[in-house]
Amino acid sequence: MRELSVFDIIGPIMIGPSSSHTAGALKIARIAKMLAKTKIVSVRFQLYGSFAKTYRGHGTDRALVGGILGYATDDYRIRDSFDWAKKAGIEIVFEEMDADIAAHPNTVDITITEENGEVSSLRGSSVGGGEIEIVRINGCDIRFSGKNNAVIVRQNDKPGVIASITKIFEVFNVNISYMSVFCEENDETAFSVLEIDGEFNDLGMEAICRQPNILSAIYIKVK
Amino acid sequence: MNKKTDFTNAKDLLALCEAKNIPISEAMLLRETSKFEISREAAEERMLKTLNVMRESVARSQTEKMQLLGGYIGGEGKELLARVKKEGALGGTISRAAAYAMGVIEWNASMGRIVAAPTAGSAGVLPGILAALEEAYKFDDEALVKALFNAGAVGYLIGRNATLSGAEGGCQAEVGAASAMAASMICELFGGAPPVCLAAAGDAMSNILGLICDPIGGLVESPCQKRNAMGVSNAMISAEIALATGGRCLVPFDEVVTVMHNVGRSMPYQFRETALGGLAATPSVKNLKPGCASCGACK
Repeated sequence: MRELSVFDIIGPIMIGPSSSHTAGALKIARIAKMLAKTKIVSVRFQLYGSFAKTYRGHGTDRALVGGILGYATDDYRIRDSFDWAKKAGIEIVFEEMDADIAAHPNTVDITITEENGEVSSLRGSSVGGGEIEIVRINGCDIRFSGKNNAVIVRQNDKPGVIASITKIFEVFNVNISYMSVFCEENDETAFSVLEIDGEFNDLGMEAICRQPNILSAIYIKVK
Repeated sequence: MNKKTDFTNAKDLLALCEAKNIPISEAMLLRETSKFEISREAAEERMLKTLNVMRESVARSQTEKMQLLGGYIGGEGKELLARVKKEGALGGTISRAAAYAMGVIEWNASMGRIVAAPTAGSAGVLPGILAALEEAYKFDDEALVKALFNAGAVGYLIGRNATLSGAEGGCQAEVGAASAMAASMICELFGGAPPVCLAAAGDAMSNILGLICDPIGGLVESPCQKRNAMGVSNAMISAEIALATGGRCLVPFDEVVTVMHNVGRSMPYQFRETALGGLAATPSVKNLKPGCASCGACK
């Protein structure tokens, strides 16, 4: 069990009204934003469960758009995030989904299109008290809490690939605090989620991408 | 090293306070600095920042025109404060604190910046009381920051040993917890010893045992707003009683927390934030659309 700090109890400081439907939603979208490498031109949000039913009354929509713009959970710009997105030239689409996807009731699918035509997607759930879980990235089922900085790598599922990735972290003197590997349905490719202590950098990311059998790598910086 | 400053229940907390001859706020501050690599100064500064966000949420809810997302509530905080100021309400400081707490819930529902204390749905209780006491008794920043560490200790014990989530424990876990935290905090502000603080917290929680979470329309507006006002008055009267009786009570705080946890666990899911039961499922609100309550254009 994670130890509770006094600031977990008297806090967080946040834009209301709901830790799960507002602050948590923003955190999911802020991670989705990091999947894009170039300018984002459009984002589609598909809402499930309680998100679909109560998103306007909880400002979930504005919080999600605020996340795409990279705002913190206590940023007053969340209130006018649709206007800020328009100014940034980002087209926003919301869809309320009926489908029961057998996931947590507060779930959103986010699909991001970049100006170079690249499309990324992410599914996240807000699991209570502002805590979140990312459960799918680009079609692959994964698990990521978004609590620590992480490097997410897509690789060919071959012997030695994981060792070549972890070697880079050793070279850059970054400690891996938690690592998990998720195989895609085709059995040929896999996703590795490497949560780290501290921060990683561009040089390290380039080094990972240069390794054989690495298809792509994303750095998720949450703190 | 941690063992000397850590505590996981009220019994250990009281023993620690007695052994070191310190108030609950100091015990919580020591725990924080020894467990989370934060200096005393940094922790106090962060708490002062938190206090200032609370103050801002009270002030702006009383002065700004708010746009409530759901519109089930709106303006009640200002109306109550106006009555306190003009006609004098039944209890001056209590009514003032309740008015502030109601305003903070409106501010929260208007996408204002608040401190979840312990949650967004119970965010009115602590700032409402702190603002009213600051006005009436001129407590300084240092005293109010300490008060928040005291409240944090009580909230930590409830969160650690039970729950602070309405989805798990109903409203007793949110407004109940906030009220218990506030009751203890008030006692320390008025010189109550640690056992008096925890007796007040236990009494406040005891009074709210069993309260369900049944948000109308699924939104953090009603009945949350008036329950925050109730949480304020319950905290203040529980503190007053504990201060008057030297913290005499039959059931110690740890046991009250266990009861709250057990009651929460046996609560049907309709009463745990799902908006499927309680006030949220009454005939009068079933066909109410957000905004209906305040707009009335279709009537």
